[in-house]
Amino acid sequence: MRNGFWKWLLPALAGVALLASLPARAADIKIGVAEALSGPAAQYGTSIRNGFVLAANEINANGGINGDKLKLIIEDEQGKKEEAINVFRKLIFQDRVLMIFGPTLSNSAFAADPIANQAKVVVFGTSNTATGLTDRMPFVFRNSVMEADVLPVTIKEAIKHYKLKRVAVIYGNDDAFTKSGYDVFKHVLADDKIPVTATETYAKGDVDFRAQLTKIKGSDPDAIICSCLAEEAANIILQARALGLKQPFIGGNGFNSPKLFQIARTAADGTMMGTPWSSENHTPANDAFMKAYQAAYHTAPDQFAAQAYDAMHVVAQALKSIKLTGTPDKDRLALKDALPKVKWDGATGPFQFRAAPGGKGGYDAQQTAVVNIAQGGKFILLK
Amino acid sequence: MFLQQLVNALSLGSVYALFALGFTLIFGVLGVINLSHGAVFMCGAYAALLLVSKLQAPLWVAFVAAMIVAGLIGLAIDFLILKPLRRRGAPHLIPMIATIGVGMILTNVSQGLFGAQVLRFPFGTIPEQGFTLGSVHVTVLQLWIVGIAFALLLLLMFVLQRTQFGRALRAIAESPKAAWLLGINVEGLFLVTSFVAAALGGAAGVLIGLSFNAITPFMGGPMLPKGIAVIILGGMGDIRGALIGGLFLGFVEVMSVAYGSSDFRDAVSFGLLFIILLIRPSGLFGRVAQRKA
Repeated sequence: MRNGFWKWLLPALAGVALLASLPARAADIKIGVAEALSGPAAQYGTSIRNGFVLAANEINANGGINGDKLKLIIEDEQGKKEEAINVFRKLIFQDRVLMIFGPTLSNSAFAADPIANQAKVVVFGTSNTATGLTDRMPFVFRNSVMEADVLPVTIKEAIKHYKLKRVAVIYGNDDAFTKSGYDVFKHVLADDKIPVTATETYAKGDVDFRAQLTKIKGSDPDAIICSCLAEEAANIILQARALGLKQPFIGGNGFNSPKLFQIARTAADGTMMGTPWSSENHTPANDAFMKAYQAAYHTAPDQFAAQAYDAMHVVAQALKSIKLTGTPDKDRLALKDALPKVKWDGATGPFQFRAAPGGKGGYDAQQTAVVNIAQGGKFILLK
Repeated sequence: MFLQQLVNALSLGSVYALFALGFTLIFGVLGVINLSHGAVFMCGAYAALLLVSKLQAPLWVAFVAAMIVAGLIGLAIDFLILKPLRRRGAPHLIPMIATIGVGMILTNVSQGLFGAQVLRFPFGTIPEQGFTLGSVHVTVLQLWIVGIAFALLLLLMFVLQRTQFGRALRAIAESPKAAWLLGINVEGLFLVTSFVAAALGGAAGVLIGLSFNAITPFMGGPMLPKGIAVIILGGMGDIRGALIGGLFLGFVEVMSVAYGSSDFRDAVSFGLLFIILLIRPSGLFGRVAQRKA
C-alpha cells in the first residue's frame, strides 16, 4: 500500500506541475461556474447551470468575445458552505479563472464570496437575494433582485388594483425565507400606511391553518398577505376558500412555483405576486430565450435559468469592452471596472447595476419587478 | 366566530385523536412507546395515494388497502424488531430507541422512492363539497374525519370491553406473564395488536393526506410529539384518553390562536399539558397509577 503510494506520488506531482505551467490557450476565456448540482438546492443549481451553458454557447456561436471563446469550468458546490469555499479556491488558484458565477444559495455566498473578494476575483451571483451580501466586498456582483426591491412594487400594484384599505398577514415564523419576507412586507405596509387587521403565524410542518384563517376572517381585511412557501400557500388558500374567505392573496417569490396551482388550482385566482422574470412577459428577448431553452433542454425555463442566462450576457458585454492581456490579475481588475457600466435588455427585461449601499461594496441589481396576477390557474401579467 | 373555531377545534382534535389511538394501543398492550408510528402513518398515506393515482382505485378501496399495508408494516416491525428484543428481555428503553431507527429508515426509503416534494391526491378523489350553517363552514371531509375517529374509537372500546379477544388483551396489559400462564397466546396477540395499531395509524395518514394535501415523507414528524402529548394527557394506554386528549389538544391549540396569538400556540398548549400533569400526574384517565397500585 505504502510503497504503491510513494511510487505514484512523484510522477503525479510532476504531472500536476507540468499541467499548471502550461500557458492557457489564448483563445479561451475561462469562467468558473460554482452551483449546487446535487443536494436539496440542486433543482435551482441545475436551472442556473443550464442558463449559463445556453448563453455561453450562443455567444461562442456568434463569434465569441472579439474572437475568443468562452470556456465554462463547472463545479458542484452541493449547496454547502464548506464545499463552496473549496470550489472557489480550486477555480481561483488552480484553474485561474477570470471570474466566478455562483454560488446558488445566499448562505454559501456569505461564506465563499470573501475568498474571491480577497483574491481580487469578480464573483457574480444570479440567485443570492439576501440583504447585505454586497455591502463590504467590491468584487461581489449580483443580478438577482432582492425581495426588498420586489415586494414594494407588488404591494403598490395590489393597492391600486384591489383598492386595498386594510390587509391581514400570515407567515411562517420559523423559516428564514418566510420570516424575512414578512419583515419586508411589514415595512412596506407601514410605509404605504395600510393598517394590518391581523398578523397570524404558523410553524413548519403545520397543515391545518383554519384557526388562523377564521381569525383573519373575523378581522375582515380587503386582502391577505402571505409570506409562505408555495405548498403552504396553496393549502392556506384552499382552506381559506373552504371557510368562505373570498379575499385575494398577495405573495412574494415563494409563490412563483407551479406547485401553487398544482395544489390550489383556480382557488388561487386573483393572487398577486411580483417576480423578476415571468414566462408571460413576451418581449422579443424573453421569447427568444424561452424558445432556445426549450429546444436545448426539452423543458420550460424558470426564473433562475433566466437570470443566469442574462448574467452571462452581461459579462460578455463587459468583456467586449475591454482588451484582455492574458495576465489573470490585470484582466480580473479590468473586468471588475468594466462590469458596472454594462446595461443589458435580456430575458428579465432592462437591467443595470446599482452600487451597494455605502458605496464601498459591490453591486446589486437595478431592475423593475414584473407583477403577475393568477387567472384560470396560472399567473399572467397584470395589465 | 366562536362556533367556527369550535368546528375547527373538533376536526383538528379528531385528527390528533385518530393518530393517538394506535399509539396508545401499542403502549397499553406491548408497553412500548412506538416512535415509528409517525412513519407508519406516512406510509399509509403514500399507499393510498399510489393506489388512487397509479391504479385508479376507488377511494374506499384505497383506504382499506392502505390500512392493510400500514398494518403489515406494523406486523413486520413487531416481528423483526420488537419480538427479538422481547425474547432477549431488553430493558424498556431499548424498543423505543429501536423504533426511532425504524422511523428514520421508513422516512428515508420513502424520500428515496417518492422524493421530498409535497404530493396530493389527484383532483376528484376528494369530496370537496362543504356547506354553511349560519356563519359556520363545514366540509364533508371534516365530517368524515370526525365520524371515522369516533367510529373507530367506539369499535375499539366495544372489542376491548365486550369480547373474549378484548378480555385477553386487557389481561396482557395487566401482566403478560400472568396472561401467558392463563393459556393466552401472548405472542400472537402482540402481533395482532401491532397490526391493528399500525392500521389505525395508516387510516389517520390517509385522512390527513386527504384533508390537507400534504403528503410528504416527513408528515409524521410534527404529529409525533403531539401524539405523545395526547396519550400522556389521556393516560398512557387508555383508549378513551386518546380521544379526550386529542380533542383537548385540538381545542387548546385552536382557542390559543383564536383568543391569543398564533406565535404562542404550542407554548400555550404544551404549557397547559404540563400544568395538568402537575395536578394529575397519571393523566386524565390515570391507568398507569392504577396498575402500579
